[in-house]
Amino acid sequence: MVLALGAVWTFLSRVPPAATTGGAPPPSAREGFSAPEFTLDLLGGGQVTLSNLRGKVVMVNLWASWCPPCRAEMPAIENVYRAYKNKGFEVLAVNTTYQDGEAEAAAFAQNYGLTFPIPLDRTGAVSNRYLLRALPSTFFVSRDGVIRSVVVGGPMSEAVIQSKVEELLKETP
Amino acid sequence: MFPFIRLGPFLLQLPGLALLAGVWVGSSLAEKEATRLKVNSADVYNLIFYGLVAGIVGARLTYAARYLSAYLANPFGLFALTPATLYPNAGLVIGIAVAVLFGWRRKLPLRPTLDALAPGLAAFMVALGLAHLSSGDAFGASARLPWSIYLWDDYRHPSQIYETLAALVIFVMAWKKLFGRNGDGLNFLLVVALSVGARIFLEAFRGDSVIWAGGFRAAQVVGLLVLGICLWLMRRWAQPLAPMESVS
Repeated sequence: MVLALGAVWTFLSRVPPAATTGGAPPPSAREGFSAPEFTLDLLGGGQVTLSNLRGKVVMVNLWASWCPPCRAEMPAIENVYRAYKNKGFEVLAVNTTYQDGEAEAAAFAQNYGLTFPIPLDRTGAVSNRYLLRALPSTFFVSRDGVIRSVVVGGPMSEAVIQSKVEELLKETP
Repeated sequence: MFPFIRLGPFLLQLPGLALLAGVWVGSSLAEKEATRLKVNSADVYNLIFYGLVAGIVGARLTYAARYLSAYLANPFGLFALTPATLYPNAGLVIGIAVAVLFGWRRKLPLRPTLDALAPGLAAFMVALGLAHLSSGDAFGASARLPWSIYLWDDYRHPSQIYETLAALVIFVMAWKKLFGRNGDGLNFLLVVALSVGARIFLEAFRGDSVIWAGGFRAAQVVGLLVLGICLWLMRRWAQPLAPMESVS
């Protein structure tokens, strides 16, 4: 009787995949949802729009120059970026400029020899959209623009970053 | 949802703390219940401890095994405090296997030991609901109801609250010993069956369900299977205890 009721309820609560995050997910800053869109100025000039990077695996990393774990994980991010950038991997290291400074970010990038794009979140709008609660925060975005993994806090080791990137690069574009 | 608290250089993850509290309360209750059922409480505590450690280590090692070259190049990555680099399902299987092996080697009586674990398991399920509430995981489907919560850019069923309330009711029933006789294993089976039954019912209000062919929610299908096994075992175990399994 109990099993029959359970089976009936299971049948009645069927849904198409689109009814959950398995379909075309709405934007939100968590796993299984589309990565919230943004366009930001880049350190050193130019602009970047997240959706223009569709087809690539993107790591969105929110950081500040005064944050010790952010400093600690940057060399690992740079190493993985250099190893995988020609395989369809992109890093957007979004500096939380509203609580940092462009000069500090530029000095930081130079000190660490960072070669990936550094967008500047001057107003905090992107940090708000990504529900930033702790630095660093990292979002691994698949080729179709869906957040597949979130790492809050750090520092991330190179193995952690590499495993996440490899997993997403394996997926068919 | 306030999943993180920064205390100086430390980033406390509230979901992790809730789970830790659940393990602590759960193991304390299991020890207490083991003493009441005249099962060696130290063995029950160790069974939980070894199962837990094996589960966590197993979850990390199975994840690392998949990305072997990355972890061989950076072996310290194995010690990263990153829940995102764990395979929870593999960890669960390994943890249960180690706990079963430990119980078998220590010759723990099956049914009384399971009954000793019952209130602790029920308490842990409450903590799991609270962990989901603080992290925003296990979130509900979109719904405009007077009691909807705004989460992940939409109004949703407060599925984490449903889950926690159901777990609380099951915990009270297990704690008040409303099920079965002492040490016959039925208390444990009922905690599992009720938890699975609640999951089958509440899954319909979730917004993160894994959907299988035909639109069936995976958790409900698996839940039905587990519920069937529980009910079958309950019928068998409702018979009087065999002398070997009796509580001495």
